[in-house]
Amino acid sequence: MSDVVIKVENLSKKYVISHQSHERYTALRDVMANGVKILSRKILSPFAFRDSPLSEAQEDFYALRDVSFEIKQGDRVGIIGRNGAGKSTLLKILSRITEPTSGKIEITGRVASLLEVGTGFHPELTGRENIFLNGAILGMGKAEIKRKFDEIVEFAEVEKFLDTPVKRYSSGMYVRLAFSVAAHLETEILLVDEVLAVGDAQFQKKCMGKMSEVGQDGKTVFFVSHNMGAVANLCTSGLHLLNGKSKYYSDISGCISAYLSHMSGKTNEVINYTGVKRPPELNLREGAKFINARMISEKQEIPWQIPFPLNPVFEFSIVVEKNVPKLELGLALYNYSNVEIASNLSSDKLQMENLQPGTYKIVVEYQDLNLLPARYYLALGLRTDIGMEDYIPDAAQFEIITSTASAVARTYIRKGILIPKVEYSINNQG
Amino acid sequence: MAEPHKLIIEAGRAERHYWADLWRYRELFYFLAWRDILVRYKQTAIGVVWAMLRPFLTMVVFTVVFGKLGKFPTEGSAPYPIMVFAAMLPWQFFANSLSEASNSLVGNANLISKVYFPRLIIPSSAVITSFVDFLISGAILVALMLWYRFVPGWRLLALPLFTVMAFAAAMGVGLWLTALNVKYRDFRYIVPFIVQFGLYISPVGFSSSVVPEKWRMLYSVNPMVGVIDGFRWAILGGDVRIFWPGFTVSNGLVLLSLTTGIWYFRKTEKKFADLI
Ligand SMILES: Nc1ncnc2c1ncn2[C@@H]1O[C@H](COP(=O)(O)OP(=O)(O)OP(=O)(O)O)[C@@H](O)[C@H]1O
Ligand SMILES: [Mg+2]
Repeated sequence: MSDVVIKVENLSKKYVISHQSHERYTALRDVMANGVKILSRKILSPFAFRDSPLSEAQEDFYALRDVSFEIKQGDRVGIIGRNGAGKSTLLKILSRITEPTSGKIEITGRVASLLEVGTGFHPELTGRENIFLNGAILGMGKAEIKRKFDEIVEFAEVEKFLDTPVKRYSSGMYVRLAFSVAAHLETEILLVDEVLAVGDAQFQKKCMGKMSEVGQDGKTVFFVSHNMGAVANLCTSGLHLLNGKSKYYSDISGCISAYLSHMSGKTNEVINYTGVKRPPELNLREGAKFINARMISEKQEIPWQIPFPLNPVFEFSIVVEKNVPKLELGLALYNYSNVEIASNLSSDKLQMENLQPGTYKIVVEYQDLNLLPARYYLALGLRTDIGMEDYIPDAAQFEIITSTASAVARTYIRKGILIPKVEYSINNQG
Repeated sequence: MAEPHKLIIEAGRAERHYWADLWRYRELFYFLAWRDILVRYKQTAIGVVWAMLRPFLTMVVFTVVFGKLGKFPTEGSAPYPIMVFAAMLPWQFFANSLSEASNSLVGNANLISKVYFPRLIIPSSAVITSFVDFLISGAILVALMLWYRFVPGWRLLALPLFTVMAFAAAMGVGLWLTALNVKYRDFRYIVPFIVQFGLYISPVGFSSSVVPEKWRMLYSVNPMVGVIDGFRWAILGGDVRIFWPGFTVSNGLVLLSLTTGIWYFRKTEKKFADLI
């Protein structure tokens, strides 16, 4: 049981990012226009020392840099790291969706990957048709799908809707069916990206059960997740990705604590966003952007840590570069297992219309939130009626720490995330 | 258990298993083609009617414009509408394949960025979908023959051969356009133009024998000229003759576009997931 099944040596992946356009593809028109420009420049000033760059700011960006590790058969490897650390990129290379820039990988055994549930589902087709289609997309043969068909349907609990087009499914049913197809793949190596964070709690539990079952019968599993609880439960070893570099830990708890300690090391007083890469797939307009964030609640002995039951108060600096008609600030609050607790929109309370170009400070004060002592995360967004201006998925984290008040409130016996304000009344009925 | 499956991934490494993989994923190929066909005819109840109506109406217009107003000669003794339709069949197949294939990768972007399979499957299944339309329009040809009481000869047996040639032409040019369309996204504006322009410079509305002899060679540079001539030769029978030198040139170009199309597609396919 100790043969190496995956050997990765000095793996790097480079992406070229152009800041000029928000599109990842080239337009033929631009290529031709640039060609003409170069030519005319050569003709006009043939002795020019060198060409000044035409398309400004084409930047090389390494999503993975010199990553090396070895995985043995039957290992269940948790891959953890912040947003943009390169987790999905690693899985895409291992599953041959994209090619590495350099380095070498040797894999023994068949690989199946599940980067997204329901890839290739077609809304017009029925549940039954989609099972066959999706199975084929994931690499199953028709005979294999037929053999597993009943099991898949049973696991997804959609018997009654098999002949309904999936566009009529609730999103929960859709996800259940999609996961169920993928869960019945029979390959030696399974790569799973953050896909289990979907569906209702009961189904998630079922998925986790299925996943650990998969891990039990000698399969090698890669599991990407931000949910440390799930990773700890499921995985035996871990790979911590940090700015494209990786570190392998043969025990998962060591990996998780490395990740968490790195995360908390990040919290200095002012968090700067100017150099932070935004998710390119969002095609952000960047007419208004976040510059930095501070927590300005009182009683922070360590920045970004406040004692229970204080409310978090933040101050964000933003820069408005173009006159935007109507700006809206969005905040999403997550707990440590990546459950979105709340999302707020500034337009509920604050009108930001016709902001002139310049920098602004926005103060956000949560009220009566009563978060239980734990670590929390914040995602930030700016939007207008025309689209997203800026979005930072992993913008900040803060901690609610225990205090005399939390001892009095006995927060340690409470489950859940927060203590809502509740009024009680009792009257004697004789 | 069988010999363990070994795989080495490196930058720029030619895929040793590529053709084996293509074979292994053949079921995906059936399923994608089946999905496209099913969706096409499910969504639009008039899907089948539309597949027949478009070439039929174009044929009517061409017959009126070229045959009646322009007084162009037909080929052999075949009625003008049948002569036009014999060309309409491969042309529609070719044109539909180009438009469907060139959009196919972009249309399946999320498949491409989330799962591995030989990418060649996607444009190929788009071509297959167009082939179904081709078969459906074939029914019109049969109807026309019944209407005009036109009996095709033994040469009809050679039709599958020319169909293969039409396939090769559609795949070759289709693969080029598909790959270019991923890289240069504004290519999608060029494809409809190519298709439309192609209809006028190909001998669809008229017989290629109206082209003066000295221009015939040059005219055959359009690979569809060879395919269309072949179709007419097989369907119309009688004294229709093929201009052999031109036919050979057309055929050579079809083969050339197919091989270079596959080569270029495979060269660029590994970058698709990053670009799309
Ligand atoms: N096709 C692409 N073109 C350019 N940059 C890309 C492309 N795909 C990914 N990137 C960049 O590569 C980096 C790593 O992305 P990746 O999706 O692997 O992150 P991740 O670790 O999976 O993050 P998350 O936790 O948010 O899922 C990111 O900075 C991303 O912007
Ligand atoms: Mg990811």
